[in-house]
Amino acid sequence: MPPRVDREKCDGCNAQQEPLCEQVCPGDLMALGEDKKAYCRSRRDCWDCMSCTKICPVGAIETRMPYQLGYHVAKLIPMMGTDSITWTCIDINGNVERFRYKNRIEPE
Amino acid sequence: MSRKIVTDINEVPTEVIETDLLIIGGGNAGCFSAIEAKKVDPNLRVAVMEKAHISRSGATAAGMDAINTYIPEGKTPEDLVRWSRSQVGGGPIREDLALSNARELNEAVEDLESWGLPILRDEDGNPKYRGKWDISIHGEQLKPIMAEKAIQSGADIYNRVTATSLLMDGDRCVGATGFGIRDGKFYVFRAKATIVSTGGACGLYKSYTSDATSSHHQTWMNPFNVGSGYAIGIRQGAEMTSLEQRWVATRTKDHCGPVDTISVGYKSSIINAKGERILEKHYSHLGGDKAPRYIRANAPMEEWLAGRGPTYADTTDLSPEDAKDLKTDYLNERPSFVLFLASRGQDITKEPIEIYGSDPYLVGGHCQSGYWVDIERMTTIPGLFSAGESAGGTPNKFVGGCATEGKLATRGAIKYMASVSLPDLDSGQVAKEKERVFAPLLRGPEFDGVSPLEMEERMQRLMDEYAGGISQFYRTNEERLDYALKHLKMMESQTQYLYAKDLHDLMSAHEVLDRLVVAEVLVNHLKFRKETRWPGWQTRSDYPELDPNFDCFVESRLNKATGEVEMFTRPYEQVVPGDRYKA
Repeated sequence: MPPRVDREKCDGCNAQQEPLCEQVCPGDLMALGEDKKAYCRSRRDCWDCMSCTKICPVGAIETRMPYQLGYHVAKLIPMMGTDSITWTCIDINGNVERFRYKNRIEPE
Repeated sequence: MSRKIVTDINEVPTEVIETDLLIIGGGNAGCFSAIEAKKVDPNLRVAVMEKAHISRSGATAAGMDAINTYIPEGKTPEDLVRWSRSQVGGGPIREDLALSNARELNEAVEDLESWGLPILRDEDGNPKYRGKWDISIHGEQLKPIMAEKAIQSGADIYNRVTATSLLMDGDRCVGATGFGIRDGKFYVFRAKATIVSTGGACGLYKSYTSDATSSHHQTWMNPFNVGSGYAIGIRQGAEMTSLEQRWVATRTKDHCGPVDTISVGYKSSIINAKGERILEKHYSHLGGDKAPRYIRANAPMEEWLAGRGPTYADTTDLSPEDAKDLKTDYLNERPSFVLFLASRGQDITKEPIEIYGSDPYLVGGHCQSGYWVDIERMTTIPGLFSAGESAGGTPNKFVGGCATEGKLATRGAIKYMASVSLPDLDSGQVAKEKERVFAPLLRGPEFDGVSPLEMEERMQRLMDEYAGGISQFYRTNEERLDYALKHLKMMESQTQYLYAKDLHDLMSAHEVLDRLVVAEVLVNHLKFRKETRWPGWQTRSDYPELDPNFDCFVESRLNKATGEVEMFTRPYEQVVPGDRYKA
């Protein structure tokens, strides 16, 4: 389930040695191109865990359902807060649903 | 970061690290192992070798929506073992191990909460149970939370270093080797004790969606857990247990997401094309909707086979609020399922969620395939310990049990360390392994060989069709297993043709090398158990009935001298009294 990188939005995490998506991808699939934009080296090997999509600080990565499994075009957009996450889901008919919940509590 | 490509073995730098405790695999169990080690002795040198990055690695990388076992008030560790035993049809299971995990289980879960994991609670502050033993969490951050604790503990984390072999001193494990999939270095970890906690093996079998261009890894288990932790022990003659007890589960169709979220969390019935509640209709004698796990896993596939598919988890009676909660659960564990539903334009209160079987996995935290370990979690190789999905004998460990076992393995390893010292580094062994590891990369761009992907796909289809994969409704027989073995051996003889274009590819090459090792042992296990004990998990069409002679553990050990896999049994010992088939 391949991530798509918006090349306008992606800034390669600027000064960082590795962009965040490259840092976290459990499959070593995200990499930085010579143009300093992130890309997915092997789209077929993505697990769809959405780690890259969630961690991207500029919202440049979209996880897209392969057409062989789901129809064109649905979107699921995460927004990370400090202790919560908000998801916006848009289905193929344009219906929008939002979800927000706490994903961290104050440690003891 | 630039990714260097080498052409000469002498250009590959070797980094030798000396440590007290080496942990291979910084997932759930591995993080708990590291934290425990530093808690017991802050001066202990602890190194974690992690193939990915510990913030998002292993089985919990995507998140989690429940802790499947947390002992409620009024229940005992013995009760949990009874339930676990009944879930695998009365076992045999390692009740000694299961009990020791159960005794400390709740503490590990409470650790997670104290570190910042949201556990859902009712008005009285009690955890919200979704089933008999499992509690709901908002675990989107589960892995980052435990990873942060592991980093804070002071353990040295080596991210993006994948393990290739155990470092041996005679029959004793004295560390492990690996290579940096980004820095291209060869790593040698010298350790007094080593814990392997690399998770299970996904991708031995073809998944039914893998034909599609962009969904090769549409699997339930993290596809980057390939069984390397099993392979490194098997190659050194470690005893493995119960590999034939494969984990096959009912998953969402075409997406392979979890189904307990729906069927346990929201009590949705499993129905067939005719709307019949299949567990009540065909399996009421085994407990209906509460039947053992393998029965529940296999039932939808039996319906397809009988011509009564598709099969569904019936969500049409959910209120809109429940439907939203259900999707929130998925967003915590497997967010892309919500995207999948949206891509089908599906309203789950009007249309039920389609379900189907998964491809088979070896996961010792769910089923019980893995290393045979003693109560200290030491494998049959002195100095090598195992925890979590890599350690066998104890099914239904899940998040809390794997975490607990990580702690127990650490304590065992620390005890062991007191009596050993590190031998001198065997430079011959290191040089030979380095050559083996980098060989696919050094064959050069003009080499006329086989890509890791080609070999992986050949192996996955072979296993699917001959060793009881999903296309065969999990069935196999003696002749098919012999065929599988013959072709696995042919592939093994052809690994000399594997080539890798870059370091990522070299990782893929070692993934297929490791999977071939595990697959061969697995097929031997399937051959040996000439009965059908757990239909779906282990189905022999030539031996369709239970055989009381097989009420024992099936074990294997690679004979390093002959290269043959030797099979034997170990007896089952009942520790917790009571009817084995009842919770």
